[in-house]
Amino acid sequence: MATIIIPTPLRKFTNNTARLQIREGTVGESIKELTTNFPDLKKHLLDETGGIRSFVNVFVGDEDIRDLQQEHTEVRADTVVSIIPAIAGGVRDQAIVLNNIKF
Amino acid sequence: MITIEAEAEKQMNEDALKAFPDECCGFMFGNEDESGHRWVTASLAVQNSSADNKKVRFVISPKDYLKGEQFAMDNDLQLLGIYHSHPSHPAVPSEHDRVAAQPWFSYVIISVEKDGVKSTRSWVLNDTARFEEETFNQSINTTQ
Repeated sequence: MATIIIPTPLRKFTNNTARLQIREGTVGESIKELTTNFPDLKKHLLDETGGIRSFVNVFVGDEDIRDLQQEHTEVRADTVVSIIPAIAGGVRDQAIVLNNIKF
Repeated sequence: MITIEAEAEKQMNEDALKAFPDECCGFMFGNEDESGHRWVTASLAVQNSSADNKKVRFVISPKDYLKGEQFAMDNDLQLLGIYHSHPSHPAVPSEHDRVAAQPWFSYVIISVEKDGVKSTRSWVLNDTARFEEETFNQSINTTQ
């Protein structure tokens, strides 16, 4: 079995489990297995077409699957798959998201 | 509610001032108690990896993110959230902050000018993917 590491902000959807065992295959199959077992993860990992969301990075070992074979990247028994949320933001496009903001 | 210990907050504020007029960013570590109160005991500044204008954007690279998770694991702490600065702008999340935000994390925003930090506020995404302000307690000094 391979290992998949869940990032802290998504552990509320995996019963606070950080590391899960997954079957060998491809990254796409691993993500599918994960979202089948933990359905609340789905909207955070997959877009409306079923592909991995652009705000989600998936690494196999130290490599981004975008630099490998994307979702077809092989997952072997000794593979560690890391789900890494994109962390970004900034003041550009400042927009109030609540009505009662105090400045 | 989130409480940031004095030393951690000092490091965050220094990071915001040092980076000015660019945005700074980093991690906050600590623990969450049974009531949901978050206690930040450590912060870790990381490079703003934005390829865009760093005055209005920040990005934490995936490899730096992994370092943050590793730091939490090595020190038996939780990665409680992300801080970043808004140079010459209020400590209020932008639409860009909201779209890229993760559930559960606390997002602390430091409003900073050249001569110092003006305000610090903390935000958490609610179940409808909108930010709600989190009660923020400043500077508990534990070094006495």
